[in-house]
Amino acid sequence: MWEYTDKVREHFINPKNVGEIPDASCVGEVGSLACGDALKLYLKVDEQDRIVDAKFQTFGCASAIASSSALTEMIKGKTVDEALDVSNQDIAEFLGGLPKEKMHCSVMGKEALEAAVANLRGQAVAPHQEGEVVCECFGVTDETIKRAIAENKLNTVEEITDYTKAGGGCGKCLDKLADILAEMKGQKLKPLEPVAQRPAGLTNLQRMKLISKIIDEEISPSLQKDGGNIELVDVDGKKVLVQLRGACSSCKSSQLTLKQFVEKRLRDAVEPDLTVEEVR
Amino acid sequence: MPVIYMDNNATTKVDPAVLEEMLPYFSEQYGNPSSMHTFGGQVGRKLSEARERVAQAFGCTPGEVIFNACGTEGDNTAIRSALGSQPEKRHIITTRVEHPAVLNVVKHLEKKWGYEATYLGVDEQGRLDLDELKDSIRHDTALISVMYANNETGVVYPIQEIAEIAKERGVLMHTDAVQVLGKVPFDLKTLPVDFLAVSGHKVHAPKGVGALFVRKGVQFRPFMMGGHQEHGRRAGTENTTGIIGLGKACEIAMGNIGHENSVVKGLRDKLEKGLVAAVPDVRINGTKDSRLPNTTNVSFQYVEGESILLMLDAFGVCASSGSACTSGSLEPSHVLRAMGVPFTFAHGSIRFSLSRFNTEAEVDLVLAELPKIIARLREISPFKRGEGEAPACTC
Repeated sequence: MWEYTDKVREHFINPKNVGEIPDASCVGEVGSLACGDALKLYLKVDEQDRIVDAKFQTFGCASAIASSSALTEMIKGKTVDEALDVSNQDIAEFLGGLPKEKMHCSVMGKEALEAAVANLRGQAVAPHQEGEVVCECFGVTDETIKRAIAENKLNTVEEITDYTKAGGGCGKCLDKLADILAEMKGQKLKPLEPVAQRPAGLTNLQRMKLISKIIDEEISPSLQKDGGNIELVDVDGKKVLVQLRGACSSCKSSQLTLKQFVEKRLRDAVEPDLTVEEVR
Repeated sequence: MPVIYMDNNATTKVDPAVLEEMLPYFSEQYGNPSSMHTFGGQVGRKLSEARERVAQAFGCTPGEVIFNACGTEGDNTAIRSALGSQPEKRHIITTRVEHPAVLNVVKHLEKKWGYEATYLGVDEQGRLDLDELKDSIRHDTALISVMYANNETGVVYPIQEIAEIAKERGVLMHTDAVQVLGKVPFDLKTLPVDFLAVSGHKVHAPKGVGALFVRKGVQFRPFMMGGHQEHGRRAGTENTTGIIGLGKACEIAMGNIGHENSVVKGLRDKLEKGLVAAVPDVRINGTKDSRLPNTTNVSFQYVEGESILLMLDAFGVCASSGSACTSGSLEPSHVLRAMGVPFTFAHGSIRFSLSRFNTEAEVDLVLAELPKIIARLREISPFKRGEGEAPACTC
């Protein structure tokens, strides 16, 4: 049994600001059904950069729902910059504390907020997506891990798992987590670059749309001429996941098609550092 | 608020008749059964009666029953004894869906003691493939350990066939029968397993007592050493009240197997059918053809198990979940993953396990409230049917 505070229970049983904002200024999405928790945050921002409305939809446990509810209550009425000052500890404190194993729920709230602001400002990626993926099970990057260590003063690998979920799956990355922790403890922490100064590029949405368009309008018709076809399965950061169909799926030179033709065309048309992978 | 207890695979209520049988042995007849005096000796006689009752339920002789502390102790003892008595054999066969009381022991033996282990898989219905089992047996296989029924899904495995295969190939066989006692009839006169572990608190006896069957003639290596209790096979002063309770509970359980498979099963079926009818996007985990009469494991897509449990808790309803959030491990149940239950369903799985103390009114209350809870959580959830699946996660 998790020991939840009355405030967590209250925000779980009667969460505030549930739902969508149809004409939202921006949306921030983190997590997924597969990972076990996900949060979609909608913000309505006025011309003075003030958050006039915030709503959420959350798939997850009681503390995930309560953290989402708390977050929306905390940021409504704040300017976007003021809202970005809300830390995951602030969310946990607002709820009277969270069990340590559930701190990642507060981190998810913070990340959804940052993703929404990145979306608002037309930035390519939200801060939590930057860096290299360390924990493949939950898609957690080294930047996210370093930030969680710095901001929450984490001292053990278990704490990293509690706060970011990294290492909570197959456990293969536990050694890497220990290395990152050792590295962080050994050096003085560099201040984090403010979000606003990060270079802008394609947003996730823009990248996905463009990739989808090129595949549908150029690549797929061209493969169809040879009796094959291609289907876009997913875009994961700079990684494009596709499935080859028809003649292509059994063709020995399909890898060649993938790299020489599909990847080359997408790199030319969308971004030069995209990679294409086949999922079977 | 009354408690509606539907978590009987986790633990059960002590039957009032069991409690009554135990009570005098706390404060009046507190003697040590090993003592020479009459005062202790009469407790010893009561323990013999309990042993006979357990033997009766098992279909074995009283001398083949060793009392211990829990199912976990029985599993640990059986596995270590089987390996200790055949030091030249280095291979163990078990399944991916075992209780941690077996799984973690085998993993430890692999890691720390250099044993090799085969973990048999299950199909999407949770069923084992006996051909896979036959193919895994090696000349140096020391033990086959397969649970009799799964605690999470209630799937009952073909232990008779498995034990016969083991016997034919000359391999020792252990089964964790914690979930089947009083629910599935078995008779150790015809079931050729070498070890079988049960636990008191799953059969309306108290926590802290269990029993391990060790077939006569099978070499035994004690786990606990010390005094001569249990004929030197399990040292330590007996948990007299617990053992007396387990004996009584076994006697009652044997008389209730029919009731479990008619009345309790009827309630379970009503609950299961009612939920499937009332809630869209649900699935039942585990084959319908071979399942404990009291267990149903239902998955609700697009919502998360811990949230469901806490909302049920507000109505006094006790159940459990195979979701990641309840396990503390961040990954959903190893049993559901072994069955290939999609993550989208595994995270929203709820196990109801009934007992003879449940009523139809309780089932009706769950059927009235749970569909509303699922609808409410689906309102909060960003995922809905037909709106495209969530972006894939590499978990």
